Amino acid sequence: MSTTTTAPSAGTATQAAPSTGMRFTGWAANYIDERTSASTAVKTLGRKIFPDHWSFMLGEVALYSFIVILISGTFLTFFFDPSMTEVEYSGSYVPLQGIPMSVAYHTALDISFEIRGGLLMRQVHHWAALLFVASVALHMLRVFFTGAFRKPRELNWVIGFLLFVMAMALGFTGYSLPDDMLSGNGLRIIDGMIKGIPVVGAWISYLFFGDEFPGTQIIQRLYILHIMLLPAITIALIGVHMLLLIVNKHTQFAAPGRTNDNVVGAPVMPTFAAKAGGFFFIVFGFIVLIASLFTINPIWNYGPYDPSPVSAGTQPDWYIGWADGALRLMPPNLDWVIFGYTLPMGVLIPTVVMLVFLALIAVYPFLEAWVTGDKREHHIAERPRNAPVRTGIGAAAVVFYCGLWAAASSDLIATHFRVTLEGVIHTLQFITVVGPFIAYWITKRVCLALQRKDREMALHGFETGRIVRLPGGEYIEVHEQLDDYERWKLVAHDEYQPLMIRPDDNGRITVRQRVRAGLSRWFFEDRVAPVTQREIEAQKH
Amino acid sequence: MADIHDDRDEAVAPSTEVATVDDHSAAAPATAVVRADRIPNPGFPPHRPRVTDLDPKKEKQAERTISALFLLSIVGSVLAVVAYFAFPIDQANPGSVRLNNLFLGLGITLALLGVGIGAVHWSKALMHSHEEVEMRHPTRGSDESRTKAVEIFSQANKESGFTRRSLVRNTLIGAVAVTPIPAVVMFRDLAGDDDPVALLKQTMWDEGVRLCRDPSGTPIRAADVTIGSAFHVIPEGLAELEYHRIEEKAKAAVLLMRLPVDELNEDPAKADWSYDGIVAYSKICTHVGCPVALYEQQTHHLLCPCHQSQFDVANHCEVIFGPAARPLPQLPITVDDEGFLVARSDFRDPVGPTFWEINR
Repeated sequence: MSTTTTAPSAGTATQAAPSTGMRFTGWAANYIDERTSASTAVKTLGRKIFPDHWSFMLGEVALYSFIVILISGTFLTFFFDPSMTEVEYSGSYVPLQGIPMSVAYHTALDISFEIRGGLLMRQVHHWAALLFVASVALHMLRVFFTGAFRKPRELNWVIGFLLFVMAMALGFTGYSLPDDMLSGNGLRIIDGMIKGIPVVGAWISYLFFGDEFPGTQIIQRLYILHIMLLPAITIALIGVHMLLLIVNKHTQFAAPGRTNDNVVGAPVMPTFAAKAGGFFFIVFGFIVLIASLFTINPIWNYGPYDPSPVSAGTQPDWYIGWADGALRLMPPNLDWVIFGYTLPMGVLIPTVVMLVFLALIAVYPFLEAWVTGDKREHHIAERPRNAPVRTGIGAAAVVFYCGLWAAASSDLIATHFRVTLEGVIHTLQFITVVGPFIAYWITKRVCLALQRKDREMALHGFETGRIVRLPGGEYIEVHEQLDDYERWKLVAHDEYQPLMIRPDDNGRITVRQRVRAGLSRWFFEDRVAPVTQREIEAQKH
Repeated sequence: MADIHDDRDEAVAPSTEVATVDDHSAAAPATAVVRADRIPNPGFPPHRPRVTDLDPKKEKQAERTISALFLLSIVGSVLAVVAYFAFPIDQANPGSVRLNNLFLGLGITLALLGVGIGAVHWSKALMHSHEEVEMRHPTRGSDESRTKAVEIFSQANKESGFTRRSLVRNTLIGAVAVTPIPAVVMFRDLAGDDDPVALLKQTMWDEGVRLCRDPSGTPIRAADVTIGSAFHVIPEGLAELEYHRIEEKAKAAVLLMRLPVDELNEDPAKADWSYDGIVAYSKICTHVGCPVALYEQQTHHLLCPCHQSQFDVANHCEVIFGPAARPLPQLPITVDDEGFLVARSDFRDPVGPTFWEINR
């Protein structure tokens, strides 16, 4: 790279006597630039524009909570020993004294009870992890519902999806490390699910645990995954995610002056940097505040892992809930025996359903692009109401996920609301199977109704609440027109119409085209046309 | 930020007429309707100054607030260090952990939030508030660089003969594809030499092994098991195992219950597996292996707290609700000469979660 910078320090030195600080800054900047050509990066990125909207903050929360996880996690590694060697507890927590336990559990207790700030860092780490997965999920929902995954951002959606999977994997491996009763039972469930895999299940379990369950290896193995392999992958993915964000530039919502060809907002230096940097400290401070006030994962209450006892009302961390709930919702007696080999469908069906659900999330942008055939770049984030079918699909997915998620608390729902456990399970089975369709239908109708309302408002203005009596005795409410700036948000969206089936060059209509046309009709058949200039003109007369 | 301008774009300053959406998209809109009489973008609205832009007093005040927040942050850091020493952990007093956690945490919170809120307030109240505009450019590289890229690839192809020397290329691809195989094989020693399927089908239970209480390991007399009671049971000798104790327990844990004989519906073939209404069943759920720890003595139902599978003890522990598919395996028991409960054999069916070879 040959970047020719104009004779650097000479220019600044001759200008009216700069202070010592300035001289040092100039010298340091020159020193670095002559060795790294950093000025090019500053020139390219320093005034990059970032648009503003509250929902763009969700991805930031995810990034910042991940940094908090790295910081607090590093502290924890200095004290934690993932060994499963059995020792007798000798620490200061009286109820467990003399009880045999693994070194991992012992050191996790020591972090909590012997090291000043250790409990705080454990809780910061755990709360930050919960927030991380939550903000990743909300960020994904924001991107989905605003169509921000459309070209050119499909690949970044896939990377974000992988980050979501990584977040869950990091969460689960970390959660299992203290080797307490609760997390041990979580591993036991994983073991049961692995054993159910056709053909190789028993072997995979045996190799994974290094022995029969639970063995003496699993915590160390999960530890390596948790502190090295998975974070390395996650950091790399975040790097690519950010890089593509810079290349693609951020989406923005429709507003006066904003088009598909520009990006309007604050420059990185100084405004966005101050805001984002400050927001990192706010997220960090918020996590530490929660960690200092609220207990999370009190492992000392659970005791060391023992395969025989278990406490009632156990629940995993929230992001694993949907998987646990999926297991709970299966009806009984679903072992299929084929040629003497056994398929535990009660475990396999939920596993496959979850994998298909995740796969659909990953490929959704490509499906929608195929249906619409839209090859243009999209940089304006759509309002969810202006894509009713997509918003309906999203709502259906959310209801499906939440049905599974709620099922992970089926026993607590039953005891808390004093209803039967069977009733709760059957209700949630209904919600996960039928609920998505209901949610889809309602959401789509609501979106269309909101579009009509927007149209109405764009044409006739808003109700002022001022009632006027006309000379003829008639009462009317005076509507006031929106000005052009206010109206823009309501009329800026695109309109789509279903694909027409047309024969190809050989005069044939392919199945592929029929499917595409069918899907396209499903997407765009019900629609409300945005207001046009002509209608506005007509309205004025 | 307009250094890489593409000549189709013109720099747009706020409040000028702006370009419409399909300006630079050469690509097909497909099913999108492009209307000629779209409402035009009204351009940027007039800038609304903030109170700190208009009133120098407010500006000064904001400046003071921001510095105060930063100073507060310094106070927070100091307080955190003070709390670290002022609230040590006293081994004899568990409450000291709570105080240490609380005050150290609050100090750090103050330190972080002071910086954060201060910086955000600075950016919002004092920094330049005009929105700025940067033009977007199609993400694809320019035609020139795309042509150049193609040239480079074809040149590289020509110089290496990648497509011409197909034998070399194909053998290379084959060789690279095979290299990971040793890595796969090397994972075999993640576990020992035993056959996991065989291991899964056997437990510590055997003829004459006494049923003992968990965790004390004391044997259980048949006479101690009153009607309605339930015992958590481990095999004799398990508590003393030096090696594999937890692994064995994970398979051998048993629940022992006594039901009134007339309420117990027994398979005639297994009539001698129980003793005077005392039955022993595996405690390991046949769903995914949680301990089936909750016994409801009125209904004789066992409930697994993990996924709520329910088993009817009066009817061979068959599944009556929840995701489990197989009844809990029964441990055949009897009484030895001293009146202690003993196993008649190992479980006849494999315990725990279902796996591929379970019925072979």
